[in-house]
Amino acid sequence: MSTFFVILIGQILVNNYVMCQFFGICPFLGVSKKVDTALGMGLAVTFVITIASFFTWLVQNFLLVPLHLEYLHTIAFILVIAVLVQVVENALKKLSYSLYQALGVYLPLITTNCVVLAVAINNITDGYNLLESTFSGCCSALGFTLALLLLAGIRERMELSNMPKWMQGFPGALIMAGLMAISFMGFGGLI
Amino acid sequence: MPKKDTFLGAFLNGLIFENPTFTLMLGMCPTLGITTAAMNGVGMGLATTVVLVFSNLFISLLRNIIPDKVRIPSYIVIIASFVTMIDLLMSAFVPSLRAALGTYIQLIVVNCIIFARAESFAAKNPPVQAIGDGLGMGLGFTWAITLLSCIRELIGSGSIFGLRLMPEAYQPMAIMNQVPGGFITLGILLILVNVIKAAIARHSRARKEELA
Repeated sequence: MSTFFVILIGQILVNNYVMCQFFGICPFLGVSKKVDTALGMGLAVTFVITIASFFTWLVQNFLLVPLHLEYLHTIAFILVIAVLVQVVENALKKLSYSLYQALGVYLPLITTNCVVLAVAINNITDGYNLLESTFSGCCSALGFTLALLLLAGIRERMELSNMPKWMQGFPGALIMAGLMAISFMGFGGLI
Repeated sequence: MPKKDTFLGAFLNGLIFENPTFTLMLGMCPTLGITTAAMNGVGMGLATTVVLVFSNLFISLLRNIIPDKVRIPSYIVIIASFVTMIDLLMSAFVPSLRAALGTYIQLIVVNCIIFARAESFAAKNPPVQAIGDGLGMGLGFTWAITLLSCIRELIGSGSIFGLRLMPEAYQPMAIMNQVPGGFITLGILLILVNVIKAAIARHSRARKEELA
C-alpha cells in the first residue's frame, strides 16, 4: 500500500511532470487560457494516459521482451498511443456525444502530448508492475491536470489586469509558470 | 520575407522568419528541459535537425502515396523510425551526451516541430524544398536552444560549453539550472523578441511615412 501512496504523492506533487520535469509544455501553454478548456483537456489526457500506461506495459512485457525487440519501444508505444487516441475518439462519438463535442478539438492533440509517451517510457524504466504502471499513469495525468488548471486560473485573472503589451500572452504565461514551478519546488522534501 | 518555394527561401524561413522557438512556439519541452548546458543544446538541436531533415524528405517523397485518412499514423511511424536510429547511434558514439539528454531523445517523436512541418510543409512540397525547410527549421531550433542554454549555463554554473567565464567570486544561481529558471529565461527572451519586433515594425512604418 505504501508504494501506491508514494506514487500518488510523487507523481502529483513532488515529480509533477509539468512543473518539475518539463514534459507536456506545449498543451500546458497552448490550452491554458480558460479554466473550462483546461479542465476538458486535463480529463481527456487523464483518460488516455491511464489506458495507455496499461496497454504499453502489456505490449512491453508480452510482445517486445519475449521477441527481444526492446529497442523498438519508442515506435511500438507511439503506435499504441496513436491507435488508442483514435479508438477513444470513435468510442466517445458513439457513447457520449456531448463529452465528445466538449473534448473534440483536444483529442487528436493528445497523440503529440509528450507526457503520454514519457509516462509510458518511465513506467518501464522504473520497473513498475501492471497495477503500479496504470496507477502511476493516472496520478501523473492528474498532476498534469492540476498544473494546467492552476495556470489557467492565473491566466484568466491576468487577462483582466493591465499589463504592458510586450508582456501579454506567452511571455507573461511563461514567467507565471516559472513562479509556479518555484512553489512546486517546495514539495521536494515530502518523500 | 523570402518566398518559401525555393530551397534557400524555405531554409531562411525556418532559420529566422518563422523560427520554431521564438515565433511558432513549437517544441517547448526539449527547449526548456535540456537547456542547462550549452553542449546539451547543440546536441539536442542537431539530433532534432537530422530527424527533421530525413522525415521531411521521406514524407515529401511519399506525399502522393500516403492516403489522407491514415496520414498521422504513417508520419508517426516514419518519424519514430528515424528517432530510434538516432537514439541507437547516439548511444553507440556519444553515450555521455545521450545520457545527459535522457528521455528527451526518444521524445523527439512527439516534438511538435517535426509533426507540424510534416503536416504543413513536407506533405505539400517537393523533396528539395522539404529538405531546405527541415534544415532551416532544425538549425533555427538549434541556435535558439543553444542561446537559451548558454544564458542558463552562464548564470547557473558560471561557464559556457564547460569553460569558466565568471570570476572566482561569482556564486552560481542554482535556480537557473532548475525548472523555474527555464520558464523565466524563455519568458524574458520572448519579451526581448517582442520588443525588437515592435521596434522593427515602428521603424519600417516611420520609413514608409517618410517616403509618402
